[in-house]
Amino acid sequence: MLEVHNVRKAFDGFQAVAGVTLGVARGQIAAIIGPNGAGKTTFFNLVTGHLRPDAGTVVLNGRDITGLAPHDVCRLGMGRSFQRTNIFPKLTVFENVQAAFISHRGRGLSFFARVEGLYRDETYAVLESVGLGDKAGEVSGFLSHGNQKQLELGIALASEPDLLLLDEPTAGMSATETRETIRLIERITRERGLTLLFTEHDMEVVFSIAQRISVLHQGRLIAEGTPSEVRNDPEVRRVYLGERRR
Amino acid sequence: MMTRLGRAPWPLLVVALALLVPAVGSRFYTFLANDVLIWALFATSLNLLVGYTGLVSFGHAAYFGIGAYTTGILMKKLAVPFVLAFPAAGIFAGLAALVFGFFCVRLTRIYFAMLTLAFAQIVWAICFKWNEVTGGEQGMPEIPYPALDWMDRLPWVGDLRTSDHFYLLTVLLVALCLWALRRIVGSPFGRILTTIRENPERAEFIGVNVRRYELIAFVVAGAFAGLAGGLFGIFNRGVFPDFAYWTKSSEVLIMTLLGGMGTFYGPPLGALALILLNQQIVSYTEYWPFVLGTILVVLLFVFPGGLAGAAGIVSRRLARALRA
Ligand SMILES: Nc1ncnc2c1ncn2[C@@H]1O[C@H](COP(=O)(O)OP(=O)(O)OP(=O)(O)O)[C@@H](O)[C@H]1O
Ligand SMILES: [Mg+2]
Repeated sequence: MLEVHNVRKAFDGFQAVAGVTLGVARGQIAAIIGPNGAGKTTFFNLVTGHLRPDAGTVVLNGRDITGLAPHDVCRLGMGRSFQRTNIFPKLTVFENVQAAFISHRGRGLSFFARVEGLYRDETYAVLESVGLGDKAGEVSGFLSHGNQKQLELGIALASEPDLLLLDEPTAGMSATETRETIRLIERITRERGLTLLFTEHDMEVVFSIAQRISVLHQGRLIAEGTPSEVRNDPEVRRVYLGERRR
Repeated sequence: MMTRLGRAPWPLLVVALALLVPAVGSRFYTFLANDVLIWALFATSLNLLVGYTGLVSFGHAAYFGIGAYTTGILMKKLAVPFVLAFPAAGIFAGLAALVFGFFCVRLTRIYFAMLTLAFAQIVWAICFKWNEVTGGEQGMPEIPYPALDWMDRLPWVGDLRTSDHFYLLTVLLVALCLWALRRIVGSPFGRILTTIRENPERAEFIGVNVRRYELIAFVVAGAFAGLAGGLFGIFNRGVFPDFAYWTKSSEVLIMTLLGGMGTFYGPPLGALALILLNQQIVSYTEYWPFVLGTILVVLLFVFPGGLAGAAGIVSRRLARALRA
């Protein structure tokens, strides 16, 4: 589904991502872990077209998407959510998700149709599935942090992706919220038959749902494999010794 | 009671009232109303950029000017009838916006604003220098009124002056343009523009080609500004280079902010307020710019939503008071 080959990105000579090769198979739940500043977000930005890699290739469904703009990548079936919440704050919850449907289904250039009821059912279905069904009319910028994270996921789903990239979907959540959100993500992934690649700091969470785990450290992959392989990797243990956060 | 007021067909009532002005008001009031209507359209076209897409243009007068010259030159020099010369203003202004906008949307925020200003100054300079076509510094006086013979045959309307006939035409055309703009901001396209205003980065990740949408918005805004300009040249009985000058750009921006950007009827309200204020205060004091500046600062601090925002707050308070 996704094949990333040897991508690199440097900021002013600092190698944030120093040659990462990684594949995600269709239907898989894969995770990237790594300490702060390891380059996880930068890696996501390279894959989604937000940043152009200095070198390397990104292939989605057999198609080379290296250097494409994010809106093209999105159209090819990749949805993403952001570590720092990234929504349309003055629009209502409904409008946030509806806009993603309008864009994805190619209705953005209808100049005279009325927008109000457009994709109403689809939008409500997404809001229900991320647990925001009762908040549709609220201005999204006023939602709680947890709700905004859910909305973020809803916006990503409305682009009807095959591959979902979630950058710390539970950042800033309490332990309970984290557990609920992860269960929600797992359920949605299975229901919709999605492929999932996510980053996360909470090790328990990662080891509970990921089928493949890649460990990033200082811009390089230092280990990759099933949860038990990664758990027992000496290099990973060394990097994480004393670095386990929260 | 408030809800019933809210559901009244306000736009139609305003149009009907506007149509009555020549019959009940003096010649001066018709003149004033004509001015307000054209600026209302001009300001609303700018609001599509500033209020809905989040792009601040300092050079919107360029398209107003191009529209004015287009209609003016076609009608005066080439004797093209108004039915063609008027839409041509929108088309030419839109084409210019397409060319200039292509470069502007490649820059972000303040640089976007500066480049729109730079292009507007180029347009102004061309109008100022190109004597053979634009009449240069002297401008182009005596743009003819459109032939409105059909109005002579209408009851009531037939006896009015030619300038009143043109005013009635302005009411209808501005209403039509505002209706079209209203449909556009309430369309799926309009919704996508608001996502760009709110968060262009995120908009890209729902699949929106941000630059392309910004360019389309720029062209639509430019075209409607051009239509406003086309009317203004005739209303003004002449077209002059200062139509495209930066002072016009800032005037229309002030109207938009004063009225309340992002609300559809804010900018027309701003046009009305600014022109009336101008009229009133200029006759009392020569310090008009100072007074205007003070009013603006106070208003924007107390009511960041402009006049429309203030009206919204007041009407909600009133509604609550009436219900209690
Ligand atoms: N735009 C940028 N300009 C300069 N340096 C950057 C930029 N983006 C990221 N970096 C640097 O690149 C490194 C990797 O950052 P990145 O955000 O990818 O890490 P991360 O693994 O997502 O960390 P976290 O767990 O804190 O989210 C950091 O040292 C960061 O300071
Ligand atoms: Mg990160």
